[in-house]
Amino acid sequence: MIPPPFEYVVPRSLPEAIAVLQDRGPDAKVLAGGQSLIPLMKLRLASPAILVDLQKIPGLSTLEERDGALVIGAMARESAAESSPIVRQRYPGLAEASSVIADPLVRNFATLGGNLAHADPANDHPAMMLAMRAQVVAEGPNGRRQMSIDNFLVDTFETALAPDEVLVEIRVPRPHERTGSAYAKLERKVGDYAIAAVGVQITLVGDTFTSAGIGLTNVGPKAIRASAAESYLVGKRMDDAVLREAARLAAEAAQPTSDLRGPADYKRNVVRTLTGRALRSAVERAQTGAMQ
Amino acid sequence: MITQSVTLTINGQPFTAQVEPRLLLVHFLREVAGLTGTHIGCDTTSCGACTVLVNGVPAKSCTMFAVQVDGAEIRTVEGLEQNGELHPVQEGFFQEHGLQCGFCTPGMMMTAVALLGQNPDPSEDEIRRAISGNLCRCTGYVNIVKSIQYAGRKMRTAQTQPVPAAASAEGGQP
Repeated sequence: MIPPPFEYVVPRSLPEAIAVLQDRGPDAKVLAGGQSLIPLMKLRLASPAILVDLQKIPGLSTLEERDGALVIGAMARESAAESSPIVRQRYPGLAEASSVIADPLVRNFATLGGNLAHADPANDHPAMMLAMRAQVVAEGPNGRRQMSIDNFLVDTFETALAPDEVLVEIRVPRPHERTGSAYAKLERKVGDYAIAAVGVQITLVGDTFTSAGIGLTNVGPKAIRASAAESYLVGKRMDDAVLREAARLAAEAAQPTSDLRGPADYKRNVVRTLTGRALRSAVERAQTGAMQ
Repeated sequence: MITQSVTLTINGQPFTAQVEPRLLLVHFLREVAGLTGTHIGCDTTSCGACTVLVNGVPAKSCTMFAVQVDGAEIRTVEGLEQNGELHPVQEGFFQEHGLQCGFCTPGMMMTAVALLGQNPDPSEDEIRRAISGNLCRCTGYVNIVKSIQYAGRKMRTAQTQPVPAAASAEGGQP
């Protein structure tokens, strides 16, 4: 399959990229790893007149802790996140989400920035970023601005990015001690989107939850924050009944539709089960402090 | 028609062509450079028949434009054989019957070459995960795994003779 013709530019700096976006506006599309955009172009579901490739802009592949956050450059690859010792140690849910995206060959080029900016409700990072309360940094003609992941995700394939803005980095707040995270995904086979998936991050003081983040993948028009389940958990002592009730509340927050991956009721049950599993795994990590 | 100059080093040889930005790497390799060993299977980023190494990293060449990899080192299945001698991975697929129809084989082998470069002694589980983006419609995965294990043994012992299945890493020690 051959996409329609387009122009291709490789800016060497962010201002240069932004100038092209300002000039060409909605006709332009930013190219990161291309693992979602290029298939769409081949199917002619997307036909940008010009591609602005970020690959030669220095500094966008960052993946490091800095100023109290894990800073993920827009061009950081999924394969880098899944193998990074710091990510596996302190942000295990993020490493897990990266490791179940598509397949290893796709992950060699797919980027975390692209995964978020594409805003497909079936993508895995949006829900995990909701759980980790990430911030998204965008740069446009008027400089940089930072927004919560909640505000960044607007709707299906729609983000808060203006046509002349570039997602520059994602900042995941460095978790407190005794914090654990996990991402649980049910997929029919490698490379398929999730039937449903759940990302969680919790913090314990003693046996009591002091914070909880829960995000749901592919059970609504965009990734969903399970707010009722989150607020239920905070202040509760960890036991099986509490985890079960949180899982039930998360399933209530899901808005699944019946499709080829299963009926809506089934998916709601999958969310309940996966929330329970992800919470147990996150609790264990909070208590032992490691991914494996 | 707007074209751009793209220079790739393909299997050690520089190759330059004027191409449209929309030309996919797999079409560049097959139709511009004439290297048809890289196959087009699903054309939808699923099957991995088009896998080549881009600067040593296995990639689905149907899912990148040639202009994106301008300046890169590309390795295709044609670059595995050296001086008339099969690459250990090719020998493994030959010895262990790692192919039936052969369509997935070039991509499968390129993924295997990259895996063994990073992890000379992968477990069966690691091999199966590494090739999870390469589909074999003959479902010949058991022998594909054996072929990659054969290649791993051969590369670890660096012997030139076929390695019997029973030989382990110790077999090649002087």
